[in-house]
Formats: sequence, C-alpha cells, structure tokens
Amino acid sequence: MSEPVTGDAAGTLLLRGGTVVDESGERRGDVLVADGRVTAVGPTLEAPAGARILDAGGCIVSPGLVDLHTHLRQPGAEEAETVESGSRAAAIGGYTAVVAMPNTDPPIDDAAVVREVLDLGEKALCRVAVAGAITVGRAGERLAPMAEMAALGVHLFTDDGAGVQDAAVMRRALEYSRALGVTLAQHCEVASLSAGGCMHEGAWSSRLGLPGIPAEAEELMVARDIALCRMTGGRVHFLHLSTAGSVALVAAAKAEGLAVTAEVTPHHLALTDAELAGYDPVGKVNPPLRSVADVAALRAACAAGVIDAVATDHAPHPPESKDTTMDVAAPGMLGLETALAVTLGALGPGVAESAGGAETGAEGEPGGSAGMAVRDVLGLLSWQAARVARLAVDQGGDQGATVQPGAPANLCVFDPTERWEVDPLRLASRSRNTPWAGQTLTGRVRHTVRRGEAVVVDGEAQR
Amino acid sequence: MSDAPTDRGRHLLSVTDLGADGIAEVLAVSDAFAEVGRRAIPKVPALRGRTVVTLFAEESTRTRLSFETAARRLSADVLSFPTATSSVKKGESLRDTVETVAAMGVDAFVVRHPCAGAPAQVARWVDAAVVNAGDGWHEHPTQALLDCYTIRQVLAERSGRSLGDTGTECFSGLRVGIVGDIRHSRVARSLVGALAPLGAVVTLIAPGSLLPTSLEGWPVEAVTHDLDDVLGSLDVCYLLRLQLERGSGAFLPSVREYSAGYGLTARRAARLGDGALVMHPGPMNRGVEIADEVADLPGSVVLRQVANGVAVRMAVLFLLLGSGPGADPASLVSGAAGE
Repeated sequence: MSEPVTGDAAGTLLLRGGTVVDESGERRGDVLVADGRVTAVGPTLEAPAGARILDAGGCIVSPGLVDLHTHLRQPGAEEAETVESGSRAAAIGGYTAVVAMPNTDPPIDDAAVVREVLDLGEKALCRVAVAGAITVGRAGERLAPMAEMAALGVHLFTDDGAGVQDAAVMRRALEYSRALGVTLAQHCEVASLSAGGCMHEGAWSSRLGLPGIPAEAEELMVARDIALCRMTGGRVHFLHLSTAGSVALVAAAKAEGLAVTAEVTPHHLALTDAELAGYDPVGKVNPPLRSVADVAALRAACAAGVIDAVATDHAPHPPESKDTTMDVAAPGMLGLETALAVTLGALGPGVAESAGGAETGAEGEPGGSAGMAVRDVLGLLSWQAARVARLAVDQGGDQGATVQPGAPANLCVFDPTERWEVDPLRLASRSRNTPWAGQTLTGRVRHTVRRGEAVVVDGEAQR
Repeated sequence: MSDAPTDRGRHLLSVTDLGADGIAEVLAVSDAFAEVGRRAIPKVPALRGRTVVTLFAEESTRTRLSFETAARRLSADVLSFPTATSSVKKGESLRDTVETVAAMGVDAFVVRHPCAGAPAQVARWVDAAVVNAGDGWHEHPTQALLDCYTIRQVLAERSGRSLGDTGTECFSGLRVGIVGDIRHSRVARSLVGALAPLGAVVTLIAPGSLLPTSLEGWPVEAVTHDLDDVLGSLDVCYLLRLQLERGSGAFLPSVREYSAGYGLTARRAARLGDGALVMHPGPMNRGVEIADEVADLPGSVVLRQVANGVAVRMAVLFLLLGSGPGADPASLVSGAAGE
C-alpha cells in the first residue's frame, strides 16, 4: 500500500495567513509546500521565488479529509456519478482521499474490477481507494476472493447496500480476514425486519403511513457482529451507525477491548425522520434518518470518542430515481460537498447557528451542536478515518495527522465562518439529491491541496 | 395527521388540512349537493368547463365511480386514467404520466396510489388541484368526510332537527370505536384526523400486530385489545376491512382467530348500546369483520355511507375548483344544468 509522494507538476505553494489545526493542536501559521510535501510551517513565512501564494486568511489549514464511504457509481451507473465527477466533488469538499464502495455494476468483487476503479482513480482529483465486496456479487453466499483484492491494496471489505445476512457466512469471512489483516465493514441491517421500509419506524412513519425500518434491524446485526468479532478475532468496522442502541453496543464492545471501529454520517448527525414529513424522497436514505433521541446519542458518541470517523455515504442518484413515490425512490443522498459544514454544525463548538436542519430550539429538532473542539471534529473527518482505511502515514499511506515539515502535502483549507447557500445545480457531483438544497451552511472549503497540487482554489476545482 | 406540503385550500391531501371549520364547511356544502342528488336530473353547472382526472394507480372501482359521478353531476369533464393498467406499466414514470395528462389542461387530479405520499408528490409536479383518493396506509380524506356526513345525517334525523341546524355539535363527546387493521389503514388515519377536531372521543381496538408502532401524537382517547370490554360504551362501532392476506401468518394466525376476537358477530352486536351505529368503509368481508346478519341490522348504515359519498365528493371538488372556500353553492345548486 506504500505510495510514493510525487510532486506532480505542483511546484511550490505558500498557504498564507491561516491557522493550522491538526492532531497535535492549533497554531497560527503559514504553510509552505514543495515537491508534494510540507516543507515549512511558521507564523510568517517568506514566499520563495516563483511560489504560488494562496490566501488562507481566516482559514483553518488541516490535513486533508478522508471519506471512508463514497459511492462513485462507476462502473455501471455513470449517469449518477463517475470516479472523475465524484473525486472532483470530494476535492471541493476538502477531501484528499475517498474509499469507493463496491456496490457497482459489476460489483467490485474481484481483482479485475478493483484494478479498473484504481486505474480510473489515477487521474482523479483525490486518492481513490477501493473497498471490495465480502461475498461474490454481494449476494451474501460465497466469499469473494479477498486475498487477490487485498494484494492490490484493498483494506476494507463490505457488501454495503446490504448487510451479510447469514451469520455463518459472516463468521467465515471474519475468520478468513485475519490472515489478510483486513477489516470487514458491515452495513448492519437485518433484511427481514427492514423489508419494504422506506423510513425510520416510529412516530413519524406511523403518522405518515409509510412502512418503517425499526432501529432493531440495525442493532441486531451490530450485536451479532460484535459477538462474531469476539468469537473470531477478526476486525469489524461498522458503517453508518444510526441509532442510540447501536452506539451503546459499540461503546461496550470497545470497553471490552474488541477490534471494532465505527462511523456515522453527517446526515444522521444533523437530520431526523421529521425530514420525511412532506414525502420528499430526497430524505429517503438507508439507514433511515432516525429520531431526535438517536441524533442526540450519535452526537454524544462522537464527543465521547466512541465513533472513529464521520463518513459521508455520498450516494448520488439521477433525478428520475428520486422524483417518484417514496416506495420506489432510491435510498441515499449526496454528502461530499456539504459534509464539513454539516459536521461542524452538528458537532463543532458553535451552537447558535448549527448546520442545516439542526437549528437550535425548534420542537422536534436536534438541539445545539455537541460542542466539540474543531480539532476533534477534524479528527473524525480526517486522520482517524485515514487510520480505519489504512491510509495513514504510519500505515504506509500518505494521509498525515499533522501539518509539519516532511508531512505529505494533502491539505484542506477552509473558512469555518463562511456562510454559503447550497445550490444543487452548482455541485460538482453529477447528481442533485442533496437534502440541503437552498439552505445556508456555515463553513466552506477554500483550497484543497493533493500531493502538493492545488486541486481546488477559492472553491473552484482546477481541473 | 401529516405535515405534508398542502397549500391549504388548494389541495385535499390530508383531512387535517381542513380542521374543524373546514370539515364543517364540507358537510354543509354536502347538504346542498345531497339535495341535487334527489332531483330528477341530478346535475348542476357548477364546474362546467372544468376537467377532472381520476388517476388510479391501484384499482378501486367504487371510489373511482363515486368521484366520477360527483364530477359529472357538477358538469365537469371527466377523464379516467387507470395507471395500474396503462402507461405506468409500460415503464413511464408517474411524473411523466402526470405531466402528460396535465398538459392536456386539467383542473383537478383525483389520485389513488398504493404508496403513501404519492398525492403530495403529484401536487408538487402540477398546478392543478389534487384530491387524495387514498394513498397507501396514509389517508383517505373523502372516506372520513362521508363517514362524518353519515353520522351527522343519522343523528340529525333522530333528533328531528334539520341538517342545517345540526352543525357539528353532534360529534361532541360522541364515542367512536375503530376496530381492526389500524396499522395499514388509510381510513383509520383520516377518521381519527377528522373526528378528533370535531370533538369525538376515539378508541382504537386491534390486536398488537395491527396497531401502528407508535401512536405518539394521535388524538385518541384509548387503545385496547379487547373489543368486548368497550363494546357497550360505543355510539359508533366502525369496522375496518381486513385485507384477507393479513391472515396468512404474517400479522395474524388466521382469519378465523381474528374474527373470533375482533369480528362484530351477532352476539357482540346485541351488546351494542341502543342506537349505536355500525359502519364499514366497504367492501365488507361478511363473516370476517362483520357477521352477515349484523351488516343488515337497522343500526348498520353501510349503504348510506356509499350513497353519501357522491354528495361529499361533489362538495370537495366544488370547494377546490368552484369559487373557492366560503362560496355559497346555493346559487349554483338552484340553477339547472341545461345547455
């Protein structure tokens, strides 16, 4: 997985006037980048001759964001997204690496498809890592050739879109994974309890007359896989946890010392099932948006360190898949370009003006943010996520936890106070299914630097 | 009971869009149109030149005919679009279908769809008025309105007062039990949403597997699994139709077991209070939720419900497409439909 840090055609960059926030702390500092690496950090750096100067005034300069959960839709659904368009959306959102989910058509369940997506990712605006399927065709029956995919650098394996329903299959997969040192990422959903459901089962689904997906559909599989993790010694990453019960189970498993990690999505941190009150299928997502109490529990779990990463579950769909009735609408929403603002709103230090859908005080809405330090929120979005995906510097990858001389120049530069309106027509994604359309978010990426190249400048992708 | 975008007054998506005053207005206007229905030529020119489309993605001949009759008696042009058997089956999306029909110049869509919220979606796609004729498990507003109309009609007759004088006070304190598959019933959701604001006291009676997961926010007095316990206290016993496939083991052990616990048998009917009404939205499963002989008792007003459907649907269409809420239908009703 070791990856040479190349300078591409980047030359020398000076990010001037920002505040560096990374795992080691926070300090005022200009950042000098050359040959794909950070070469100097200091309060006021002189620009070397020929250096390109980017204004970072009022901005936070952090390690680039890492998304553990991106649906790039290629191969098979290029009308919704491609590796190219999705990676551009990622870069605009401050991401320097994403993990492409394998529920493509054909699915990423053997070396050939892994190679195809990795090749497409070579020209992308961010690192495109690939997750492989656990079972052939994501059908939940026969194990996919995990070793041949692992040999190409695949670390996360998942049948995402569905959970591995058969406990025996999951047991064998976990046992087999141990020799490879890889992690099985589970989409926890007991299909017999969720069948036909199109939203969280609770007060809103009962009123709206929509078939529900109970919290227990997720929690039963979380509990099962914790038991299988204990039994096999394999490593499990829980994708997009959405319920209070799930995070309580993970907290207990971690306290026990089991090898489990977990992610939550920005939308599950910010929105509730009340989003479906108008029957707009843009709010249909799997797992579904949950109750106010669940949102509060997810935020608390992030603040308590139970959750390792915030991952977008960026799920592009063409308009015709969403502009229909709730029963047949495709589940999923965009995330890459709004994740930083939404997550800062839900978890960050500000409480007065939280991110979309999370205004303080309104009845039935999640209250103020979790009040976490910006550094801790960035850990969830960047270096902690990188470790789950084995993309961190000390794991042979190029995602640093600190911005210091010698670190790979994968950087996110964002203004935490800039307010901007989400215009679906101006998103880099090929799709438009964002629940924040027309809303004003706070916090916007100004520049993204990938291997020393300024791939996003002043919010605009450079290629 | 939903917060769907409604453009209150422009569409009828949920009975809660109306509120107590809106329901009272529909009932009052229905009185005038019921009179029309008794004429030799039961037709008025109220909606002449207007076009009403019935868009039924789920077959319901009774409801469709009731709406189409109502529209015709108002002199509207009526188009029938059974999507269950036409373009949607050929792969056309609901949105394309709706927009295509709307392009022909349509003033109202009457929508029946197996998915909750479909009429709300249609309302976002077109400028025309949208009437929910039953969407999934969500609502069936005109059914609840015609049920309210029927209750009021019977109670007015008994008290010897005219319908006009009756208003909606007759609902105050009225004890209504709704029996059966509440979970999957659009009729139940609309009935609760109509009866509660009028002051009725609603009790839900069902086995646990046929109750909604949550009743948070439902304006009901009580929920019970024991029909026999509450039977004697009811002024109205409203029986929901049991979808017989629910008896296949998924929700109920058997239809027989349901019938034993929740069917209105002759023995149970005898324990109803004097004058209690027995209601059913139809079509009835005789011998399942209602015994054959009970369906034909004097207290059973099932046929009246059907008869009143046309007048109530005329009122709904008139209020949405006529001169709007607050308009007096009397002047239109007094005119003849002659060309």
